[in-house]
Amino acid sequence: MSEPVIFELSAPGRRAPGHAPAQPPAPSLSAKWLRREAPRLPEVSELQVVRHFTRLSQLNFSIDTQFYPLGSCTMKYNPKVCNRLAMLPGFAERHPFSPAGNAQGYLECMFELQEMLKAVTGMQAISLTPMAGAQGEFAGVAMIRAYHEARGDHERLEIIVPDAAHGTNPATATMCGCSAIEIPTRPDGDVDLDALRQAVGPRTAGIMLTNPSTLGVFERQITEIAGIVHAAGGLLYYDGANLNAILGRALPADMGFDVIHINLHKTFSTPHGGGGPGSGVVGVNARLEPFLPVPVVGRDGDRFVWLTEVDRPQSIGRLSTFMGNAGILLRAYVYMRLLGAQGMRRVSEFATLNANYLMRRLAAAGFDVAFPERRASHEFIISLRRTARDTGINAMDFAKALLDHGVHAPTTYFPLLVPECLLIEPTETESRQELDAFAAALIEIRDQAHSDPDAIKAAPVTTPVRRLDDVRAARQLDLAWRPAAE
Amino acid sequence: MLRVIGVDDTEQLFDEIPAALRIDKFDAVPAGLGEADVTRLMRARAAQDEGTVSFIGAGAYEHHIPAVVWDIATRGEFYSAYTPYQAEASQGTLQVIYEYQSMMASLTGLDVSNASLYDGATAFAEACLMAVRGNRRSKSRQILVSRSVHPLYRAVARGIVAGQGIELVELPLGDGRTDVAALEALDGQDFAAVCLQQPTFIGTLDDVDTLTDRAHANGRFVIAICNPTSLAILRPPGDWGEQGADIACGEGQPLGIPVSGGGPYFGYMVCRSAIVRQMPGRIVGRTVDVDGKPGFTLTLQAREQHIRRSKATSNICTNQGLMVTAATIYLSVLGSEGLRRTALQCHANTRRLAGALGAIDGVSVVFDEFFHEAVVQFDRPVAPLIAALAEQNILAGYDLAADYPELGQALLVCATEMRSAADIDAYAAALQSVMHDSEAA
Amino acid sequence: MSEVPAALKYSQEHEWVRLEDDGSVVVGITDHAQEALGELVYVEQPENGILLARGDACVVIESVKAASDVYAPISGELTEANGALADAPELVNQSPYEDGWLVRIYPSSPAELDELMDADAYVQFVAESAA
Repeated sequence: MSEPVIFELSAPGRRAPGHAPAQPPAPSLSAKWLRREAPRLPEVSELQVVRHFTRLSQLNFSIDTQFYPLGSCTMKYNPKVCNRLAMLPGFAERHPFSPAGNAQGYLECMFELQEMLKAVTGMQAISLTPMAGAQGEFAGVAMIRAYHEARGDHERLEIIVPDAAHGTNPATATMCGCSAIEIPTRPDGDVDLDALRQAVGPRTAGIMLTNPSTLGVFERQITEIAGIVHAAGGLLYYDGANLNAILGRALPADMGFDVIHINLHKTFSTPHGGGGPGSGVVGVNARLEPFLPVPVVGRDGDRFVWLTEVDRPQSIGRLSTFMGNAGILLRAYVYMRLLGAQGMRRVSEFATLNANYLMRRLAAAGFDVAFPERRASHEFIISLRRTARDTGINAMDFAKALLDHGVHAPTTYFPLLVPECLLIEPTETESRQELDAFAAALIEIRDQAHSDPDAIKAAPVTTPVRRLDDVRAARQLDLAWRPAAE
Repeated sequence: MLRVIGVDDTEQLFDEIPAALRIDKFDAVPAGLGEADVTRLMRARAAQDEGTVSFIGAGAYEHHIPAVVWDIATRGEFYSAYTPYQAEASQGTLQVIYEYQSMMASLTGLDVSNASLYDGATAFAEACLMAVRGNRRSKSRQILVSRSVHPLYRAVARGIVAGQGIELVELPLGDGRTDVAALEALDGQDFAAVCLQQPTFIGTLDDVDTLTDRAHANGRFVIAICNPTSLAILRPPGDWGEQGADIACGEGQPLGIPVSGGGPYFGYMVCRSAIVRQMPGRIVGRTVDVDGKPGFTLTLQAREQHIRRSKATSNICTNQGLMVTAATIYLSVLGSEGLRRTALQCHANTRRLAGALGAIDGVSVVFDEFFHEAVVQFDRPVAPLIAALAEQNILAGYDLAADYPELGQALLVCATEMRSAADIDAYAAALQSVMHDSEAA
Repeated sequence: MSEVPAALKYSQEHEWVRLEDDGSVVVGITDHAQEALGELVYVEQPENGILLARGDACVVIESVKAASDVYAPISGELTEANGALADAPELVNQSPYEDGWLVRIYPSSPAELDELMDADAYVQFVAESAA
């Protein structure tokens, strides 16, 4: 199964008529501005376009077609109605600079979204503008810096991150002009408090934590951590990647966090879209509120209004041309209204139930769970180190073999702390049958690793392509199609 | 399931959360609604914002979007997949991105496109960071940015690069375009890059050849910000001056993405192949599998945050993949001829609009040559006119007073191919009557 | 065990250093290091003439799985980079001690050379790191 590159379907002069004006007049521009050679775009019919991209879609694994337990990414079902309603003409056709008076419907949704996000995090104020988790992180650290700067505390340029953190955390610190200080994790999965005490000081800007952590366990000493960091003059940043696990069970604000980002595409089920668009809205407590990125939605009597730099002179400014991924925010709003308060508690209930069930099933089948004494959050880690040592079949081989079982692979080799690991997040929208089938597939692969390791090394064999030559891809860069003649 | 886990009820699953932190309800979150109720609610909200006829551009442009674009882009296999880390299970997404990269490279006349950034402003910010990293002839952490670059792009970029000690220095305008003499006056000074927008934010056309050559003669990169629709008829950045621009970036929204209140859009970025390793974000390459069959995979990943962590080229992780899928389908349906006709019609419509508005007493068109946006000047403040026309559901344009006070009481207007001749005439008539009323009052 | 030539000096960052007759030193990464990195796909060439303090990152080498800094094992002026690696990064894998050398540095404090490990000490260092 494969599909030609669309340029290979082209025939000179072929078009999909009816999508462009018939006979526009020639431009009233001097020739020196004008393009001499037409860009190379496909010359295909509309039906060819439909078939080509439909066939390409069929080469993908997706939530709608497969179990997709990609740890840390929260690949749960995206209700169809969220997209349908966000694409209503009143929303989809509204220009971002239309006056607030012509945007009251949208602004009311956004105001209520801000209020609901305050409730589920316990924070004091929300800005909806960051367009992905990494941008939310940037906003958070930039606010922490701005807070210290505003107090004349110019030396606080160190951001502490646990060694289990997402790669975006240290990358964000760098982008904000800070340096990342890594602290170790104890064997039980919690942060090493002694190392933290040694790491903090007058240069500490703050700490970035994910809770539950990327190790799939709840950080039990969070209140002590908050005490240590706050006592040293630093602030606490909550990476909301795993908020799904504690929705309606605990509030990041109560844990002592000063600022939080929430990946709406994870917890509130907006589409992952083959790599985005996401949304990384941020929430803050009172001391950081003046620094929130603008615009935010405010209320003036019964009217909804934009609050900008004029209203928030200490703001870290703007993170997007307009107001972030507006249409994604609408999808999250619809999702939250569908679930309501009770539904949100069911999210964490079933996400945690599914993860703990699958973890126990796999432990009983002899897999090494990374933290067997701990309760799983909404995800958990197994290490395949023993199998790798005994058979040569490593975590990546397991991942590839799972594809032949019709399952998207879990996250592999992250967190970096656990060797040969799979980070498995079943999510709350999967049935028990699906979880049992996944456990059976892992068991079968492990058995085959012992009986016929070459077969596993050869996997996948049922996918559109087999294992790809990444070295060739990086050495002989082929990043754009060109005709054979060129 | 509880028995397998060894707990009595699901509450026990949360027993590692300290009791003092546990909550059992949300305040301020309403009860859940059924799909029919949510639909009724959202229809009513959307209806409040419907019915306007917009003549605003200023970075977001309303174009015809063929039905096939979103019918296919929202297929579950695209909509509900994620970043293609498992290449064998993601060939659809990967090939779409490869085709997108190919189209963008040709459209801009440069070599290598990435798989997208968040939007035009953030793409510009990332281009500034990239220029400082990538320009080995410069030691400077200063970048020259024309005042003709979108004011919000400049504001966003300033905030994003400030953390790394990078400063944006403004190049002034002369007669509505980047002032060549002002750039010449800086000869010999070290700057990492010169940033130009073509067409400019106010719709005019810069002398990009002279500016590009001057920048290169001084060891500076050239960052080009271009509206992709315009590239169907305007010279691509890769052709500017002797050597072409080094990096092109901008807003991808005009390529099949609804204006949608400002997002989700996508930022594009394309560069010369010599500096590809400084490019942020994801890049797809074509290679072969173990059987020698062609296939696609993410490549050059070692630059990215999940591997290089604090030394990554950017912290970007999730990008705007679904928007790129839509743009690729859009460009395939329109082809270069469809995109050219669209661009020409936008140009013609805006000329018609400028003519109609300029014929009104107290209104004049400021610059003669423009692509699909024009500056019109008034003999009175613009804000009240905008408000009065909005009440008639006509969105008159973008008020330039705050960003370009030197242009006087001016409005930036745009008429894409979506505006009919009747729409344009109705706008002119309504404006004339509003201005007449205000005089009478 | 990977190859560790007796005539070279070694750093804890797995670089080797060879003192040349003209007083300059040639720097590369060890056989052990190239094995750990896997197949290299790119070597980012530094510019000639830059001044390095010991421990400064001077070259970035990239495999499919990682981009790693190579740190200057000794202070001095970088006078030459191995241009052959631009088109053939695999030379570092194939010939880490000869054709795959990375840079030449003219030391500003030659005494720093004495602080590097000899081959026996490096073999022991690698063995201890693995344990």
